[in-house]
Amino acid sequence: MSWGPSTPTMAPAAAAAGHAHDAPHEPVFAPGSPGRAELDVLLGRYPTKMAALLPALWIVQRARGWVSNHAMVEVAEALDLTPAYVKGVVTFYTMYHQHPVGRHFIQVCTTTPCHVAGAENVVNSFLTHTGCRELGRTSPDGRYTVIEVECLGACGFATPVQVNDRYFENVTPETVPAVLARLDAPDAAGVAPEDSVRV
Amino acid sequence: MGYPHTPHPRETQVLSTHFGDPGARTLQGWRDRGGYTALEKALKMDPVEVQNVVKESGLRGRGGAGFPTGVKWSFMKPDGKQHYLACNADESEPGTFKDREIMRWTPHALVEGVALGAHAIYADTAYIYVRGEYTEPVARLEQAVREAFDARILGDDAMGTGRRLYVHVHRGAGAYICGEETALMNSLEGRRGNPRIKPPFPAVAGLFAQPTTINNVETLTAAPHIVNHGAEWYKQFGRPNNPKSTGTKLFSVCGNVARPGNYEVALGFPFGEFLWDVCGGAADGREIKAVIPGGSSVPILTPDECRTAFMDYEGMVAAGSMLGSGGVIVMDDRQDMVVQIARLARFYAHESCAQCSQCREGTAWTTKILERIRDGQGVAQDLDTLLSIADGMTGKTICVLSDSCATPVVSGLKKFRHEFEAKLKASPNVVSMAGASRGGGSMAARLAASLDR
Repeated sequence: MSWGPSTPTMAPAAAAAGHAHDAPHEPVFAPGSPGRAELDVLLGRYPTKMAALLPALWIVQRARGWVSNHAMVEVAEALDLTPAYVKGVVTFYTMYHQHPVGRHFIQVCTTTPCHVAGAENVVNSFLTHTGCRELGRTSPDGRYTVIEVECLGACGFATPVQVNDRYFENVTPETVPAVLARLDAPDAAGVAPEDSVRV
Repeated sequence: MGYPHTPHPRETQVLSTHFGDPGARTLQGWRDRGGYTALEKALKMDPVEVQNVVKESGLRGRGGAGFPTGVKWSFMKPDGKQHYLACNADESEPGTFKDREIMRWTPHALVEGVALGAHAIYADTAYIYVRGEYTEPVARLEQAVREAFDARILGDDAMGTGRRLYVHVHRGAGAYICGEETALMNSLEGRRGNPRIKPPFPAVAGLFAQPTTINNVETLTAAPHIVNHGAEWYKQFGRPNNPKSTGTKLFSVCGNVARPGNYEVALGFPFGEFLWDVCGGAADGREIKAVIPGGSSVPILTPDECRTAFMDYEGMVAAGSMLGSGGVIVMDDRQDMVVQIARLARFYAHESCAQCSQCREGTAWTTKILERIRDGQGVAQDLDTLLSIADGMTGKTICVLSDSCATPVVSGLKKFRHEFEAKLKASPNVVSMAGASRGGGSMAARLAASLDR
């Protein structure tokens, strides 16, 4: 059953580029690689290898932008799991991209507290200003994908919008262009990519 | 300090004292503000003593269930088994955003509380499970944990006491259900976040099948203050005639309210004064129409019910709702209750883990029916069908997500029925549900009848 495009569908750009899952996968956990070193640290934190699965998938997504079938096979091998098991876990969670997405992945919260504050208008403003036009689609230039997301846990700062690792708080339909301009602007010194920004 | 507003004079700031103060984020900054003295004190105490002072203080779980924390800790015995503490930082109950503020402004406060809690339950390893979307809290916590390890506050010789204490930050990946404690454990183990059947309870077989305690962020952050100042100090906060609810609590206020944000007040605070005086009432000079006082899963209250309610576990039950997580969602007189309750149901339908059919099907049916009423396509029988589905969703599943979806529907229908009725279309060509609603046929048959009209 589909509940609407709250998770991104196969983006037209990616579909046009051929089968994204057929593209060769450059290993993330090759011996001696930074990914392997990071995974080894993680494995020391848990009594089972399986417990490192979610963090390992995060490493993949950070490195490759999404989690392909080939990447799932690599993760399965690294953690002594089966690829089917890994796919079962990947598909349970909403944040692992199973298809390539735009460079700026825009998630607008529309759950009740934001809904009463007018989040629908913020969504529409993003769809217009990014050129995505439709939820879950990537803009023709590959820069943006816009989806609705369920409660971001920042309800007092309606409407919160998460773009990649950053929360933008108090976004209104009018401030959407300013948010988009901010996405391509360099951060000031001392500001980390995950630091929240009040609009 | 306060964030994003300056604190109201009627607030009682204990946990929120340093919100908005970036200086409190570093180890040195936290030490300058009295940090880690409670952990040092606790590590010199026997775990049972720590359990007892928390038990005596009356601290109850701040995640929503309100279970006495000291009692929960006392289930953990020195049995030589590997114990775990899991901190539930999967804050995802709509309307709740207090733990995010604790973690992003005072990460060391949580690290200290987690370490103290681990000591109290004979655990040497603790995991803080943070929801995947909370990138900033994850970064702050990871920095704090790193600093604490480097300063030997954590590690094989925690604060020079010889006690082994490891704290790890674990990031989720987007799933409301992982805030349910057994789903959280499954997720942490690298599984799909399906809740587990209880028993066995986590204290017997939890994380990695070992005895485990799970506490909310706010609960663990409160514990060091209790160890530092004593149970009597903590008990002073609360209604004099209600010893069952003590201490302060963070309330997240959102929706159509004049001053949204986090407020910390003593439990038992009059809800009417809170809403209209402290938070300024409805925004834009409107009137409040409905309030969900404890996160989206609790019954909806009318303004009249709010005026006489008290903000503690018992007071909210007496008013017909629950304290829950303390997420207060305010709706003003412009809001259409059918639209908002339909949106809420859609949230639960999206977030159901789909393990139990009552929940998987019930949340979906509820959403479909509510949305067709919203769109002017509902018929009179739909209201009975909704209540019948809600009955089938309550108390019959592994976890309470299903109940959480039914609750606002039932209370919304009870208190705002006229708004639902006003949207129904007058249709003479409807299959009669009269017999079905008296118990004839299965729920599926009744639903099929309603869809077949």
